[in-house]
Amino acid sequence: MDIITVENLTKIYPVPIKQPGLKGTLAHFFRRTYREVKAVENISFQITTGEIVGFLGPNGAGKTTTLKMLAGLIHPSLGNLRVAGYLPFRRQPKFLQKTSLVMGQKQQLLWDLPALDSLRINAAVYRLPESQFQRRLRELTEMLSLEDKLTQPVRKLSLGERMKAELLAALLHHPQVLFLDEPTLGLDVNAQGAVRDFLRVYNERYEATILLTSHYMGDITALCKRVMLIYEGKLIYDGSLEELLARFAPYREVKIELTQPIPKSKLVQYGELESVEGKQVRFFLRREQLTSTVNRILTDMEVLDLSVTDPPIEEVIGRLFRQRNAQI
Amino acid sequence: MKWLFKQAKALLSVYYAHMVEYRAEVFLWALSGSLPIILMGVWTTAAGEGNFGLEPIDFARYFISVFIVRQFIVVWVIWEFEKEVVEGKLSFALLQPIDPVWRHVAMHLSERFARLPIIPFLVGFFFLLYPEAIWFPSIPNIFLCIIATAMAFTLRFLLQYTLAMFAFWTERAAALEQIYFLFYLFLSGLIAPLEVFPPLVREIALWTPFPYFIHFPAALIMGLPVNFQQAMSVMLAWGVLFFFLNRWLWRRGIKKYSGMGA
Repeated sequence: MDIITVENLTKIYPVPIKQPGLKGTLAHFFRRTYREVKAVENISFQITTGEIVGFLGPNGAGKTTTLKMLAGLIHPSLGNLRVAGYLPFRRQPKFLQKTSLVMGQKQQLLWDLPALDSLRINAAVYRLPESQFQRRLRELTEMLSLEDKLTQPVRKLSLGERMKAELLAALLHHPQVLFLDEPTLGLDVNAQGAVRDFLRVYNERYEATILLTSHYMGDITALCKRVMLIYEGKLIYDGSLEELLARFAPYREVKIELTQPIPKSKLVQYGELESVEGKQVRFFLRREQLTSTVNRILTDMEVLDLSVTDPPIEEVIGRLFRQRNAQI
Repeated sequence: MKWLFKQAKALLSVYYAHMVEYRAEVFLWALSGSLPIILMGVWTTAAGEGNFGLEPIDFARYFISVFIVRQFIVVWVIWEFEKEVVEGKLSFALLQPIDPVWRHVAMHLSERFARLPIIPFLVGFFFLLYPEAIWFPSIPNIFLCIIATAMAFTLRFLLQYTLAMFAFWTERAAALEQIYFLFYLFLSGLIAPLEVFPPLVREIALWTPFPYFIHFPAALIMGLPVNFQQAMSVMLAWGVLFFFLNRWLWRRGIKKYSGMGA
């Protein structure tokens, strides 16, 4: 059953235009002109209950704007959307009880007080009886390994602990739909892993639907079977992560270590040269040319070490976005 | 109803704890409201040399009353709200099934409780310096003053929160407060009691909301003659007007909100 349905969703922002210099400033003061920017343009998709979907795109692509429309924070300019059976922008209390949005770079917890105080407000606002509040608090505290951290002022917590406390605050009312905007932003590897593990368990235990944006591919590969790619406000891919990689990553990464450095001009003839650092060279080679090219490299050069791997997913996605006019 | 009580209790107790964290700042805020004490010095001296319709002792009592009333009607919602809109922090409040205004109301009321213990010290210190100004207001006057102060706070909050709605359009709504403050300064009775105004100015002022923020509660506690019925009617009328204006602006403004930075 689809819990999120989006049809032809568009968000247009009026952006003021100002020319530089005094003349521009005066013109801007007396006669302000605007141009319309389509932050999100005509996107459609459905998400089934219990799915975890990764939302990928470069900065300014429209990911956060879409999440904000889905969470009911901003009004769409055009199109239809329904989340858990509700029109998000009406922000009806029953809708708000069923959804939550976590923004990695923003915090809702009161900075100078222990997180427990903010949680008490949330419990009252979401009308959780005391016994239920205590039960959920115990459960989520254990899942997030936050024991004895909730009584410390939020400002005294580490970034990772704070993010986990933010997640606890956002999930106290057990939302069915969870929107996550960069939930692991700035966290170290251990904290990123802890947040990912928690989200996986939360999704499995409560069949919660999760839509997540992240710059860390680790988040996407660890959690999402399905990904959506958005670029310049348009949805350019919606499907499985495996298919995306198969379709857009017909490359293998070849790393070689030479006995002595060779000029770049000579190396480029073998394939797409990704980097050269002294004796360490990285190529991206098309799969169908892999064997013959590796043979040529081994014949022509003195190679100490050679390895062939799949390119990192960051490279694949980055490459895809760099192909601005890619036909998909 | 049970949940409303629980929500009020949770918001008030947590924001009280928050305010107590800033106790030094609250003390300084209370002290910063000492302008009436300075004006008292000016007016008591002036009253000794001219005819203003009030005796020097009345001016002293008036300005200490103004000092007390002002402690209870301090409102800063416009700055908070503007920041929330500009920095996108309003988003968190919008995600919860409770109107964002209640957090601001709770913050203001909790701050009053945090400020409360400081006021008797400051008033006591004043009477120590000026013992001839000591007076004992009647119980009915204290009661009426409490009602008037509560209404003054409500109206002032509502008015400033309504101006704050313009943050959705201008993002610098606090500038409106500066214009509004000009009228507030002259017509509220903060720098001079309404009794010293020319009769026509006084008559016009009494149809605006401003004298009811400070002059009216202060006059009640010191026993100056006031038209209680007219005051309540004018406050109520402005309150209703600003309530509907506020909700109208909110409904339109929220459609303009873009959650910048969040």
